[in-house]
Amino acid sequence: MELTLEAAAFWTLAAVIIVSALLVVTGKNIVHSILWLVVTFLGIAGVFIMLDAMFLAAVQVLVYAGAVCIMVVFGVMLTQRGSMEKSSLFNKRVIIAAPLAGLILAVAGFLAAVSKESVPLSGGTVPADTVSSIGEWMLTRYVVPFEAAAILLLVALIGAVFLAGEVNTDADGR
Amino acid sequence: MLMGVSAVHFVLLSAALFGIGLFGALVKKNAISVLICIELMLNAVNINLVAFNKYVTPGTFIGQLFAIFIITVAAAEVGVALAIIIAIFRHRLSVNLDDFDWLKW
Repeated sequence: MELTLEAAAFWTLAAVIIVSALLVVTGKNIVHSILWLVVTFLGIAGVFIMLDAMFLAAVQVLVYAGAVCIMVVFGVMLTQRGSMEKSSLFNKRVIIAAPLAGLILAVAGFLAAVSKESVPLSGGTVPADTVSSIGEWMLTRYVVPFEAAAILLLVALIGAVFLAGEVNTDADGR
Repeated sequence: MLMGVSAVHFVLLSAALFGIGLFGALVKKNAISVLICIELMLNAVNINLVAFNKYVTPGTFIGQLFAIFIITVAAAEVGVALAIIIAIFRHRLSVNLDDFDWLKW
């Protein structure tokens, strides 16, 4: 059996995602971590394209690789002082956390191996016109969660402005 | 195993990414690093949802819709969490999570 294009794409993307995610976690400099995070997000956008989710891939690049990473960089610039060299170190809980993460992976791997037969081996064909189909679902059957998400974004916007806004604690106690 | 790509491959990829994110969220000292690792975990869940959308219910877009809602909530979460971290930093001049202990009594 020859290596299919799909398998080659999957293993390349998986390697990119896992390696860059490990570099995000193990990096000691938080700015480097955020740069590797962009690579991880772009790899995940590639996985979405493999899975016929074109709209989600575009959203992933715009929201995660664009907006979220820029926002986190701003957060770092507003809070970090002094050198960035040792800005993102490990605490003393590595001994507990590493087996826990390994356990999660082992349990997921075991369950995936057990349920291998009941999962379809090849995917169906997702309709090519993803944007208009998603829009139709969102404004008909899922209109209540859609509006709830809109309200959530508004509340988060107001809350973030209120929390991050300058607090005046001068002599009059205002 | 190596030649074809099935839903199991995507589940294992997302499990690995989730494990990496969980490890980072538990061991990092910097609050912003913990936020980054939580984003990794949310992205792992998104991979799962989109993979099951293709392999189990390819005709409908339920998995992709769930993923869009997760992205929305994650974006809101990042905004509020960064605002909280900045507000705490203004009082304590620190982003080290081990210093944030004044809810203890």
